[in-house]
Amino acid sequence: MLQPQQNSFVMYDEEFQRISAVIEKLLRESNAKVIFLVDKNGQLIAGCGETEHLDTTSLASLTAGNIAATGGLAKLIGEKEFSILFHEGEKDNIHISIVAQRVILVVIFDHRSSLGLVRLRVKKASDELAIIFQDLAVKAAEMEKTGNADSPFAEITDDDIDNLFS
Amino acid sequence: MSFINYASREINCKIVYYGPGLCGKTTNLQFVYQKTAPDAKGKMISLATETERTLFFDFLPLALGEIRGFKTRFHLYTVPGQVFYDASRKLILKGVDGVVFVADSQEERLDANIESMENLKVNLEEQGYELEKLPFVVQYNKQDLPNCTPLEELRELLNPNAVPEFTACAQTGEGVFETLKAVAKQILLELKKGGAGA
Repeated sequence: MLQPQQNSFVMYDEEFQRISAVIEKLLRESNAKVIFLVDKNGQLIAGCGETEHLDTTSLASLTAGNIAATGGLAKLIGEKEFSILFHEGEKDNIHISIVAQRVILVVIFDHRSSLGLVRLRVKKASDELAIIFQDLAVKAAEMEKTGNADSPFAEITDDDIDNLFS
Repeated sequence: MSFINYASREINCKIVYYGPGLCGKTTNLQFVYQKTAPDAKGKMISLATETERTLFFDFLPLALGEIRGFKTRFHLYTVPGQVFYDASRKLILKGVDGVVFVADSQEERLDANIESMENLKVNLEEQGYELEKLPFVVQYNKQDLPNCTPLEELRELLNPNAVPEFTACAQTGEGVFETLKAVAKQILLELKKGGAGA
């Protein structure tokens, strides 16, 4: 895999815990209902709040599509990106922002919070998240350098793959 | 770009179905959706026009089971096939792990297939990918119709590198799972080659 775009995005336990702690704090401090983090390619990274009645996989994919489409619009008018999107509903609202140019932070909130509060808290949390993702990138690069001797996928067999479809 | 999550022990991969308008990309996904056990699939999302033409993308998350203790999830996307939706197609190719090219085997769609294949290459290159280095399979769809281009000719024009290829009739499901399985297999083998950190 020579091209950087094809590299895997790896999440480790330690960073996952740190990320979860940040978004849980954001959930409390912003009085939000649901918060989740999505990779720009549409993969759900983490979520917290009232997620049990939500189809988070679909939400993640559509959010990424939304950000991609808005990013396309931005480029057409000469902007680098629109870093914040806000959708206002009758009851619930969605605040979407890009963290560290890499991941998407989604905050769903209702009348118990406000756009101002969410924006304020998101800004602070974004800075904290950016640091974690930076650490994660460094860690992944180190792992790559030291080789992947302990990779769980190095040993995949044809049978393993065939079993998936049986 | 696959997403390997050690915290939740999951691998997520993205497969994109590409091809000319009305070649059967959405039909492929619909068949997979219909034939998959409810606990293995998420909701299928279609962002389509009122006449059921794909406007942005279709999306189907599939959970196939475990490999080495990791839940394996594939996210299946289709692109809008119509020529003028090119900006949307580019977006959907971002972060792709494997591509299925669905060709419409009917004679009158031969040019559309070739044009779409060229468009796929151009759009991948714009994202820094090379089709030759990506997991890639070709499906010759609509084989049940009477006016098909001979396979030899399709092969010569659309699959000069002899990647895995399948004849199909997506409406009845013939060849649909074979195609998906072939691309998924290539993706997992790529993952094996690259290891977790690559």
